Amino acid sequence: MSKTKKKFDFSKYMALIALIILVIGITVLNPQFISPSNLLNLLRQASVNALIAFGMTFVILTAGIDLSVGSILAFTGAIVATMILGGTPAWLAGLIGLALGALLGAVNGLFITWGKVTPFIATLATMTIWRGATYVFTGGNPVTGGKMNTSFFFQFIGQGYLFGIPFPVIITLIAFIVCYILLHKTAFGRKTFALGGNEKAAFVAGVKTKKLLIIVYTISGLLAALAGFILTSRLGSAQPDAGTSYEMDAIASTVIGGASLMGGKGRMSGTLVGALLIASLSNGMNLLGINSFYQQIVKGVVILIAVMIDSQTQKNRE
Amino acid sequence: MDFKKFPKKFIKIATVASVLILAGGVLGGCGSTGLSNGSNSSTKVEKKAPKDLKIGVSVSTLTNPAFVNLKNVISNYAKKHGSKVIVDDANNDTSKQNDDVEDLITQKVDALIINPCDSSAISAVVKKANEANIPVVCVDRSADSGKVVSTVASDNIAGGKMAANWMVQQLGENAKVAEIQGIPGASATRERGKGFDSIGDKKLNIVTKQTAQFDRAKALTVTENILQAHKDIKGIFAQNDEEAVGAARAVKAANKNVKIIGFDGALACLNLIQKGQVTATVGQQWNKIGQESVQMVYDHYQNKKVPKKDKVAVKIVTKKNVAAFKKEVYNK
Repeated sequence: MSKTKKKFDFSKYMALIALIILVIGITVLNPQFISPSNLLNLLRQASVNALIAFGMTFVILTAGIDLSVGSILAFTGAIVATMILGGTPAWLAGLIGLALGALLGAVNGLFITWGKVTPFIATLATMTIWRGATYVFTGGNPVTGGKMNTSFFFQFIGQGYLFGIPFPVIITLIAFIVCYILLHKTAFGRKTFALGGNEKAAFVAGVKTKKLLIIVYTISGLLAALAGFILTSRLGSAQPDAGTSYEMDAIASTVIGGASLMGGKGRMSGTLVGALLIASLSNGMNLLGINSFYQQIVKGVVILIAVMIDSQTQKNRE
Repeated sequence: MDFKKFPKKFIKIATVASVLILAGGVLGGCGSTGLSNGSNSSTKVEKKAPKDLKIGVSVSTLTNPAFVNLKNVISNYAKKHGSKVIVDDANNDTSKQNDDVEDLITQKVDALIINPCDSSAISAVVKKANEANIPVVCVDRSADSGKVVSTVASDNIAGGKMAANWMVQQLGENAKVAEIQGIPGASATRERGKGFDSIGDKKLNIVTKQTAQFDRAKALTVTENILQAHKDIKGIFAQNDEEAVGAARAVKAANKNVKIIGFDGALACLNLIQKGQVTATVGQQWNKIGQESVQMVYDHYQNKKVPKKDKVAVKIVTKKNVAAFKKEVYNK
């Protein structure tokens, strides 16, 4: 293949093409899929995972991983719910929850940079710790009732509609735009790419790698907490086991979207498409009445295919 | 910051975003702002025959044989009467269950039969079904809020009491027993525990309460540990049959004589009762629970009066009556 000729970069749009094929396929089998009410459902269902996946994209770009997002989601959700029950205004509780999520993310970053623990192990440990803390804090019971059922602001975050659009979808869209600009249009984003491409080179080039990594994990924690707030509001209840294995869906979305676990490669828009693809799969298979056991197999196969096609096109280009 | 291409790209994104929002707003029909995307509630029920009904079923998990059986009973009973049935499995994930039920609402089912993973978390989506005017029947666990036509469930508190009384009868007062609890906070855990403790705290010596999350493998480990720590226990109350089966394995491996009573009346446990490895279980009549939940939907669509709470009786199943129970509930 000639290297000079500028060809249409097929691999860049792989996930998008897959998503379009999937949407057409499901629609043919069940036209209900494309109905406005279902599409709004689908977008809302995608939002929690998409938010976590945006944060995961930064992390994976640095060749890291964040397994603790589901536990951060549950822990901050439980804290926020408890504060609201205790009479804290919902907006304040929400802000404290987000700050706590950012803090927990920063703690991950500290373990990884100053503690010199690999990201996988550090976040595996904090995943277990925050899950345990959630169980201790809640006594294993869901946190629910009281002001959570009366606060308009709290309910609006997860269950509300703005101009007919589910509010979680609007939050996700805004978060996407912010993350997109942060990653692709700022020095911070360029440094993140550089760090993932070659950490030593980035360090030599003057990138403050430790500070950068801490910020990256902070973003991941913050977005996990935001997702937790939305989920708690959607369910009207903070579940101690909420978010279990959400890290896997987030990683899958990121990877389907073209990111490499080796770091230095990935796009925010790809992650968004990945999250939509995963949500469409679950939603579509539900609509088609496919047994949930098969759903898991299909999901796994789709992840494999997406990554294999991606690595093949990579090889071809080289 | 690199602002070189920034304005152009940003305008592009902003345009796409606003188009999406607008399109969605138009698609959303009424484009309302608030907590519900427009509702059309009318209280009158249009009469419908069972064969004209499409029933959406959301089951908490299909990795527990008891719920697999429940699902089968519901599907078979509904299909026998000519209704269409769509079944979703929530994998014990509260958030997936909410998604599942939303999808069933989208498919415009005539009725929802929900076996909630969790009583509080299911409420949000029950309210959504209310807005869409779809009647909801809850099975095995209730919904904390939102309107339901009926809740069909075993009397878990009574069952817990039965188990405790049975232990007192079998082992004598103040016998040392262990309680293996279910998923913390689940209504079955709370109610079965409440019933058992209300009698057990006075008449038995409950040396330890440990959770095994309603899971067979976890119950095995937990029981092994309990047998290490309390070598002289005489009885184990497992809050579901999966746990009872796990406990039975541990007891058998340790070669101990410990009486085990489970809760559910699942086939695996019934088989072990026949073999003498589990002593008893509090049997739930899944056939009745499943059939009555569908019947509630039919009655609702015939404008018949439906009881808000349908407590299905439970009974102690031992070696003596296990064969009859199996025949009655599983037709085996």
